[in-house]
Amino acid sequence: MRAPAVLPAEISAWFKKRNWHPHPHQLDMLDRGDDPCTLLIAPTGGGKTMAGFLPTLVDLAEAPHTGLHTLYVSPLKALASDIKRNLRNPIEEIGLNIRIEDRTGDTSQTVKKRQRVDPPHILLTTPESLALLTSYEDAPRIFQGLKRVVVDEIHALAENKRGDQLFLALSRLQSLCPDLRRVGLSATVDHPEDIARLLARNPDPCNILYADPGPAPDISMLTTDAPPPWSGGGAAYAIPAVLAQVKAHKTTLIFHNTRAQAEIFFHNLWLANDEGLPIGIHHGSLDRAQREKVEAAMARGDLRAIVCTSSLDLGIDWGDVDLVIQVGAPKNVKRLVQRIGRANHRYNAPSKALLVPANRWEVVECVNALEAVRAGELDGDPLPQGSLDVLCQHILLTAAAGPFEATALFDEVTGVGAYSRLSRAEFDACLDFCATGGYALKAYDRWQKLQQRADGLWQLRDPRAAARIRMNAGTIQDSDTLKVQLKRNRSGKPLGEVEEAFAATLAKGDTFLIGGQIVRYEGLRDMTVQVSRNAARKPRVAVFSGTKFATSTQLSQRTLRFLQAETWPSLPSHTADWLRLQRDISRMPEPGRLLVETFPRDGRENICVYGFAGRNAQQTLGLLLTKRMEDLGLAPMGFVASDYATLIWGLDEVVAPKDLFDLTMLRDGLESWLAGNALMKRTFRASATITGLIERNTPGARKSGRQATFSSDILYDTLLKYDPEHLLLKITRTEALRGLVDFSRIEAMMLAVGDRIDHSRAPHVTPLAAPLLLEVGKVPVQSGSAEERLLAEEEAALMQDSGLARVNV
Amino acid sequence: MNGIDITLAGCTLTALGSGALWWRDQSLIVVSDLHLGKTERVLRRGGPAMPPYETRDTLIRLENDLTATGAGTVICLGDSFDDVEAARTLSETDRLWIARLQAGRRWVWIEGNHDPGPIDMGGAHLAELPLPPLTFRHIAQAGASGEVSGHYHPKVRIQTRLRKISRPAFLFDSDRIILPAFGTYTGGLRSDQCVLRDLMRPEAMAIVTGQIPRVVPMPR
Repeated sequence: MRAPAVLPAEISAWFKKRNWHPHPHQLDMLDRGDDPCTLLIAPTGGGKTMAGFLPTLVDLAEAPHTGLHTLYVSPLKALASDIKRNLRNPIEEIGLNIRIEDRTGDTSQTVKKRQRVDPPHILLTTPESLALLTSYEDAPRIFQGLKRVVVDEIHALAENKRGDQLFLALSRLQSLCPDLRRVGLSATVDHPEDIARLLARNPDPCNILYADPGPAPDISMLTTDAPPPWSGGGAAYAIPAVLAQVKAHKTTLIFHNTRAQAEIFFHNLWLANDEGLPIGIHHGSLDRAQREKVEAAMARGDLRAIVCTSSLDLGIDWGDVDLVIQVGAPKNVKRLVQRIGRANHRYNAPSKALLVPANRWEVVECVNALEAVRAGELDGDPLPQGSLDVLCQHILLTAAAGPFEATALFDEVTGVGAYSRLSRAEFDACLDFCATGGYALKAYDRWQKLQQRADGLWQLRDPRAAARIRMNAGTIQDSDTLKVQLKRNRSGKPLGEVEEAFAATLAKGDTFLIGGQIVRYEGLRDMTVQVSRNAARKPRVAVFSGTKFATSTQLSQRTLRFLQAETWPSLPSHTADWLRLQRDISRMPEPGRLLVETFPRDGRENICVYGFAGRNAQQTLGLLLTKRMEDLGLAPMGFVASDYATLIWGLDEVVAPKDLFDLTMLRDGLESWLAGNALMKRTFRASATITGLIERNTPGARKSGRQATFSSDILYDTLLKYDPEHLLLKITRTEALRGLVDFSRIEAMMLAVGDRIDHSRAPHVTPLAAPLLLEVGKVPVQSGSAEERLLAEEEAALMQDSGLARVNV
Repeated sequence: MNGIDITLAGCTLTALGSGALWWRDQSLIVVSDLHLGKTERVLRRGGPAMPPYETRDTLIRLENDLTATGAGTVICLGDSFDDVEAARTLSETDRLWIARLQAGRRWVWIEGNHDPGPIDMGGAHLAELPLPPLTFRHIAQAGASGEVSGHYHPKVRIQTRLRKISRPAFLFDSDRIILPAFGTYTGGLRSDQCVLRDLMRPEAMAIVTGQIPRVVPMPR
C-alpha cells in the first residue's frame, strides 16, 4: 500500500478557489504517476483530460524541468487544439510556468523547426506527426528528458493502422527514454485489457483504472405516428418528430451512419424547418474551413442542432448538448454508447438519447441495441495483429533517423502489443522489402534503399532518401478526391470534396448535395469541380467514401435470439405483425441454423440466405454464391445484401440449396475472385502507398490521383503474374480478407451452422425477404466477357451514329 | 491475331490488339515507347523499387507479336529505353533476349526523347526512317503526312452502357497514325487533351487496344 499522493499547495488552492474537488480517479492517476503504464476508462465529461495531465502539472509545479516533459497524442488535430485551450486556463490560474504547444499537419514549418530545437514542456500531437518527429536524426535530443506520454481516445486508435503507427513510434521513444511512463485515456470499451495490452510495452503490466461511469443513460426509441418504411436508410418519415425534439431541447446532435445519409437528412430537415431554427451539418467530406465554422458556432451555443457523422464521435467538448439522436440502427452497441456520451457533458448527469430506426428491420435492431445497452453488453472483435505495411514504413522511418541494428529493432517492435507475435522471419521479410524491394528476381541490388554496413548496422544507401521517406509517411489514404467550388468564385471558399470516381460520373447539368445545398455540375477546371447553386428539389446524391458499417456479430446474434420469442411486446405492432407473418408464411431464422428460402417472382427465381453476418459479409456471400451458381449452371443474374440476408435472383430454381454451401468451395471461389477483384487492387494501392512502393509525394511534383491509380493496377498485375508470393501481395490478401470482405464472419457462421441448413420453399416473396427487393446496391452478375461485349455494342452504335460505317479514312 | 486494317498514304497497315502496327506488304512491324529498364531508372533516381519484371513482360509480348506475324523488319519508334543509362545497365539475360529477337531480322531503333544517344545494342540507330510513302519518327510533326509516330502514349476513355472503359489506343486520320505505348510500365495521355486534339483532324478515329481491337471516332 503506497501513500496517497498529495497535491502541491498551489494546485489544491486552485481546486478550492473554483470550489471543485478532484474526482477520485484523478487522484488515483496521481497515485499511479510513477507506474510504467496506466489505462483510465472514463465516460465522456468525466474529467479525463485533467486526470491525464494532473501528474504532469504536479511534477512541473514541484520542480522546474528543461525540455519536453509530457507528450500528448490524440487521433484528431481538432482535439489537440481543444486540449491546448482547456489546459491553458488552469495553468495560468494556478500560475505555473509551463509552455504548451501543438504540432500537427497544420503547424507551420517555422514553428516545427523551432520546436525541434527548443521543445515545449507539453507537446500536443497526432500519431502521424509523432512518427515523423521520431524519424529525425536529432530525435534523441528532441525527446531528451521526456517523462510521460498521454494517449487520448486510445479506443479510437486501437483497431486501425494509425494505432499500429503510434505504438511503433512509442516503442522508438521508449528506447530513447527508458523511464517513459505511458498513460492511456479511453471511452467505455468491451475489453479494456486488450487496450491495456496495446498501450503497455510487452510484456510489462498495465494498471486499469475505472472512473465512476455516472448514471445510466436515458435512452429510448423515437416513436412516430407514421410507421417506418420497409427499406432504405433516409428516415425521411421521422423528420417532423425529429424537428419537434430539436425544438424541445437546447442543443441536439443528430448522428448518421453515412455522409450521404447525413446530407439527405439535413436537406429534408431544412425543407421542413419552417421556423428557421439554426441547424448545421458536419462531416468529413466538408471543407475544413466550413467544418471549423460549424464547430465554432456550436461552441458558442449558436446552433440548435447539428446533423453529423462519426466526424463528431471523438471527445471534443461541445458545451451544452442535451440530446443525441441516432438515425438508423447503431449497428454496433459500443459506438452507440460512445455517441450517447456526447450528450450532457456534465459529469454525473444522465445522457439523453433517442434512436430513430430508418426502416422496419431497424426497429428490431434498435430494440435489441437498447436491451444490450441496458444489460451493459458491449460488442467488439478481438484486436487484430499489427499490419506489416505499417511495420515496413516504420523500418524506413527508423532508417531515416540513423543507422540501426536489426535485432535491436526486432526486439523493440515485438515489445509493441500488436506485434508481440511477429516472427523473426516476418520481420526479416519486411526488412528485405525495405532494403531491396524483396523481389524473387534480385535485379538492381546496387541501388538498394538500405545497406548493411561492415559493422552490421543497416543504413540508408543515400541519406537524401530520408526526406523522401518522411514526405510519404502516413497511413491514412486520401481516396482521390476533388474540391468542389462555386463557379465564378474561384477565390471563394470550397464547399467540400467529392470522390474522383463520383466526379467522373457527373455530366453537365447533374445535381448533387454537398454541405446541405443542391448544386449543379458545370464542369471540371484545374482539378476542381465547378458547380452553381440550383434550386432543384431532387438531387442526385454524392457518393461519399464514409465507411458502411456492418452490424456487429454480437448485436446480430442478440437479434437472432430475439426473433425466437413467441411474441414481441417491445415492438410496435406494425413490426410485430410483420414478424408474425414471416412465421406463418415461411419460418423464422434460428441461431445455429441457416435459413434458405426460395420463391418465384416476376418470372425469376429467388433465393434468400439469412446469414445474419453483417452487410459486408453478406455482400461477399452474394459474390461467392453467384459464382458457385454459375459453376453449377444455375444462371444467376444478380444479388443484393443487407445486414441479415442476401437475396439472389436468376433464371433457374435452386432445388438443393445445401449444394451451394461447401465451405472449401466457397473459400476457393474467394481466392480466385479476390485475385482479379477491384477491391484487391484498391487494398494493394493502400498497402503499396504505406510501404513506400507508390509515392504520393515526390520532391518535384505531386502525382495526380489518376496516374497513381493507373500505375498501381499495373504493378499489381505484374506482381501477380511474375512474383505471386511477394510480401506485398501477402499483405494485400490479409488486409482485404479482414477489412472489407469480412470472410471470417462467413466462415464462423458456416462452422456454427454445419449441415443444419433449412430450406423453405414459399409460393411468393416472404415478409423478411420483401425489404431486400427494395434495397439499394443491387449487384448485377457479369460474365468475364462483359467488357468486350459492351465495347462491341458501343463500337457499332458509334460507327452508325458517325456515319462512318467503313473503316478506311 | 486480331487486327484492324487501315489505309495510310495508300499503304494498308494493320493495328494489332497488342498495340503493335503491322505492315504486311513489307513484312514490317512497328512498336513504340517500350521504356525498357524503367524500374532501374526510377530506382537509380531515388524512387521506389518497383517489381523488376516490366522488361521481361514487354519482351514476352513483343516476342509473341514477332512469332505471330513472322515479321522480317522491326521498327522501335523511340523511347525504347527509359534512358540511355537504363539501356546500358540492362541485364545480360535481357540483352541476350533482344539479340535472339534480332537474329535474322532487320532491326531499327528510332531515337526518342528518353533515348536520344546511340545505344550499345544491335540494329540500326536512326533519328527517323523514311520508307516512302511513309515516314517513321518518334514525335509527330504538324503538317506531315504519311507519318507513323509514338511519344504521346495515347489512350481513350469510352462511355459504354454500363461503365467507362479506358485503354491505350491508336489514333489515326488521313495524314498520320500515332501508336500507343507498348511498354508494360507506361501511363497514357487521353485523346481529349489539347495537344492530341490539335494534332489530329476532326474526323480522326481511334483503335482501342485489347483482345479484340475496336474502332471508334476519336473521343475529343
